[in-house]
Amino acid sequence: MPEIKVTPLGAGQDVGRSCILVSIGGKNIMLDCGMHMGYNDDRRFPDFSYITQNGRLTDFLDCVIISHFHLDHCGALPYMSEMVGYDGPIYMTHPTKAICPILLEDFRKITVDKKGETNFFTSQMIKDCMKKVIPLNLHQTVQVDDELEIKAYYAGHVLGAAMVHIKVGSESVVYTGDYNMTPDRHLGAAWIDKCRPDILISESTYATTIRDSKRCRERDFLKKVHESIERGGKVLIPVFALGRAQELCILLETFWERMNLKAPIYFSTGLTEKANHYYKLFITWTNQKIRKTFVQRNMFEFKHIKAFDRSYADNPGPMVVFATPGMLHAGQSLQIFKKWAGNEKNMVIMPGYCVQGTIGHKILNGQRKLEMEGRATLDVKLQVEYMSFSAHADAKGIMQLIRMAEPRNMLLVHGEAVKMEFLKGKIEQEFSIDCYMPANGETTTVTTNPSVPVDISLNLLKREMALGGPLPDPKKPRTMHGTLIMKENSLKLVSSEQALKELGLNEHQLRFTCHVQLQDPHSDADTLHRIYTHLKSVLKGYTIQHLPDGTVIVESIVIKVSSSTEDSNTKVLLLSWSYQTLIYNGLLPGG
Amino acid sequence: MKLYCLSGHPTLPCNVLKFKSTTIMLDCGLDTTSVLNFLPLPLVHSPRLSKLPGWVSKDGTINLGKELKECAGRVFVDAQPEFCLPERELLDLSTIDVILISNYHCMMALPYITEHTGFTGTVYATEPTLQIGRLLMEELVNFMERVPKAQSATSWKNKEIQRMLPGPLKDAVDVWMWKRCYSMQEVNSALSKVQLVGYSQKVELFGAVQVSPLSSGYSLGSSNWIIQSHHEKVSYVSGSSLLTTHPQPMDQSSLKNSDVLILTGLTQMPTANPDGMLGEFCSNLAMTIRAGGNVLVPCYSSGVIYDLLECLYQFIESANLGTTPFYFISPIANSSLEFSQIFAEWLCHNKQTKVYLPEPPFPHAELIQTNKLKHYPSIHGDFSSEFRQPCVVFTGHPSLRFGDVVHFMELWGKSSLNTIIFTEPDFSYLDALAPYQPLAMKCVYCPIDTRLNFHQVSKLLKEVQPLHVVCPEQYTQPPLTQSHRSDLMLELQPPPMPYRRCSVLNLPFRRRYERIYILPECAVILALT
Repeated sequence: MPEIKVTPLGAGQDVGRSCILVSIGGKNIMLDCGMHMGYNDDRRFPDFSYITQNGRLTDFLDCVIISHFHLDHCGALPYMSEMVGYDGPIYMTHPTKAICPILLEDFRKITVDKKGETNFFTSQMIKDCMKKVIPLNLHQTVQVDDELEIKAYYAGHVLGAAMVHIKVGSESVVYTGDYNMTPDRHLGAAWIDKCRPDILISESTYATTIRDSKRCRERDFLKKVHESIERGGKVLIPVFALGRAQELCILLETFWERMNLKAPIYFSTGLTEKANHYYKLFITWTNQKIRKTFVQRNMFEFKHIKAFDRSYADNPGPMVVFATPGMLHAGQSLQIFKKWAGNEKNMVIMPGYCVQGTIGHKILNGQRKLEMEGRATLDVKLQVEYMSFSAHADAKGIMQLIRMAEPRNMLLVHGEAVKMEFLKGKIEQEFSIDCYMPANGETTTVTTNPSVPVDISLNLLKREMALGGPLPDPKKPRTMHGTLIMKENSLKLVSSEQALKELGLNEHQLRFTCHVQLQDPHSDADTLHRIYTHLKSVLKGYTIQHLPDGTVIVESIVIKVSSSTEDSNTKVLLLSWSYQTLIYNGLLPGG
Repeated sequence: MKLYCLSGHPTLPCNVLKFKSTTIMLDCGLDTTSVLNFLPLPLVHSPRLSKLPGWVSKDGTINLGKELKECAGRVFVDAQPEFCLPERELLDLSTIDVILISNYHCMMALPYITEHTGFTGTVYATEPTLQIGRLLMEELVNFMERVPKAQSATSWKNKEIQRMLPGPLKDAVDVWMWKRCYSMQEVNSALSKVQLVGYSQKVELFGAVQVSPLSSGYSLGSSNWIIQSHHEKVSYVSGSSLLTTHPQPMDQSSLKNSDVLILTGLTQMPTANPDGMLGEFCSNLAMTIRAGGNVLVPCYSSGVIYDLLECLYQFIESANLGTTPFYFISPIANSSLEFSQIFAEWLCHNKQTKVYLPEPPFPHAELIQTNKLKHYPSIHGDFSSEFRQPCVVFTGHPSLRFGDVVHFMELWGKSSLNTIIFTEPDFSYLDALAPYQPLAMKCVYCPIDTRLNFHQVSKLLKEVQPLHVVCPEQYTQPPLTQSHRSDLMLELQPPPMPYRRCSVLNLPFRRRYERIYILPECAVILALT
């Protein structure tokens, strides 16, 4: 039986450095190639030596697919393709292809220029890597080779995020990447058709959460920001430049407008303008409402939100600052955080998930004293708020996706083991399908049970149909008789005559004969006639013929009579019948 | 397998394919050349048009003065312009399962097919085709409803009377099929039946047939279609281009191994080279402006206009036209310009690369930003106060029968300083100009048609090698006016199967195999010998 194998190199019972290997129908596919925000050593990248110990990966992978531009899904891509070595195709959507190199360059700068790491990928490597990228359009069926095809679906989450359906023959796998089942202020909801994959590989970041309504969370967020501003505090919102940032900007922009607030809102990094341009040019990837009204009013042109300068952080008075990166693990958001952490009037709002090891994760867990580089400690006095704005599907959303796609098996990645365990139980109970949650480096094997496609010759089909009475119902199985020819990877079912002709074989007939001796004084012809009349009286309902050449035929059995050479009273009966298959006699209607 | 041909217009096709018990309509083009028989609809009162004499037959027995007017030596119908619809009697339109649209010019008859006919199927189109198609329909409705004309003219359609009329009215065919424009409500209802598809997306129809759009290189989102089962393949080629303009290049290789290739939408200007025409367009434009005249470009609001603007963007500085105002006037001008910038996925490689930067793919964004190009919804309002001459005006409709262009014809027609430059190939420019004669303004004819020419198509067919080709009968003989040009027709072996309006063709198919599936339970017990 054919098997599909899934091995996470990253994101197995963990969040970060997503990288999942799938073997299906003899093809090997790498899904995502991310980095881990929580590590600064080798563990930062997936362990590609799992694939091969000897260098380049090109011979071992048929393609690489990147689901979206977040670094935990694409951060290891230049390392994998340029430093480990991979020259095959890399697929991602147009917005991902546009934005991914910018974030990679940012990541490189922080790591190499600020932290002074060496042996890291270079700008040129990012460029070379991106040259290997083939853009994907939504719903387009891309033929990677003759057998492997992939198709992208809208995933919400961030601009350009996609789920991907991977198919070889009648076996298939769906990988969700990160997705969101509820539309937000700037993106639509994920959608997939009833593609019934053998395995659905889903993220499970919020496996145990069922989040309250978005409206409530938005109101909460605005209230907290407003209160802090009112008492003269400064609000830091660590975000990634693209994604949640735009959603929260739209939210604050409309709130400022409505409440006529004057406190400045800043957006850090030079990316702002550029980021918003991407949203304007890829507006077809945003939600329905924004798409419908973009000609009259483009939602990504902000009036209240200005570019941030490092010196503003020391300005007196209230302000709101969006700064990157989102988990407070490096860069500008961390710098501002250090400056403001000592004042209890200030506030930091974490709008997304933080992986273990980051400062974001530490303060969310209530840590109030942080060890910084150079043994200094930092007292955290400012208010820490967590608001789940990151656009992942919650438990309800994951169940909803399962209902949409109707997978035969479920596999969870990109989540914490304890939470996965809970969700796994729920899925197995509700859908009666197997649910797997392999750890990194652990392989899950699923046996598939595909039907075998065969081309049947129209002649044979018509003949079989004529034998079988009414037209065959394409949905119901039916027994047929023919010869199966396997040739150059194709299967053909043809009549035996045609098969002989095509294969250049002579037809051989297998006949069985037996001799029966009996005593009868009559002439040969008389004996035969007596046998004929006897059989006629005994075998009613059978075709029995007496032919002029001196044979009797019962259906297809031939009977001849001759006298023994020694004794003319001893007659020898020759019976002969051809080989007939059991199916032909027994099972086939009309046979 | 049968093909029902509902339109005789080779570039505005409407065919129905019956294939494996599915009924598939391929395009529903609206033949608008019928509007040339009507009087223009002026936006402001035109004393000239309102005082035209009514038509009376020579012997005085037939007086249709209310319906028909004599103008510049020709007779025109004085009513809201009407369009020639696809044939609606040849087969029951309610039996159509799906409609496949190839590009936004070939869907303008959609409301006539999907509304009030019992149609319950699905329409498939790409996103740019739907969005721009919607805009063009909106524009058409707007042009008509802005200048309401209560009067409808039907008496002249009477066969006995039509026979007595002067040409070209006398020779107009199927006049009873002509219909007035649809309403916005009908447009919305028709377009709500559209389901979006992407290039190379495989759409299963009832498990029997698979259809898939391919890039055709002609306009934003334009597609050819593959219609196939496991063992039969029909390619539908409509409006394709091999020139490098703004759309994604044509996908040729996927057309290979077709049993039947239905070929429509070749260039209407087989002897005019688009690049040459573009050069002529620029030089005539510059010449007129330098002499102090205005330039009028009657055009559709989407399509070639993007290329014209891109060409002018490069040309303006070198030709010293930096201070000349360029106006684009249409109820959908703004939308069309904005929409063109957001379809990165559907653009040629160069334009995609610009979006990655991120910069707008079309340079008309910069023309607008620097105030060189201004767009207005109509001549009323802001335009009337801001408008400076000499200038260049892009406006529709290219038939010169309705839209803002009618106003500019009345305004500029009498001065020989001005020039009208025709760039759209859909209408004979002499017929378009007929009701405005005599004209003093210069007329330049630079039709730009980027669709395949006969040379390109025969090369393409050699490459993809379909077993049979089906095409409009016009492609199987040289054009009437150039009967010696045997290079302006399709010569193929076996010869193409020609069709005309109302033809029903039996498509030649030799099916040998059908697809079945062996159940896994059965497959495991098979032993190979």
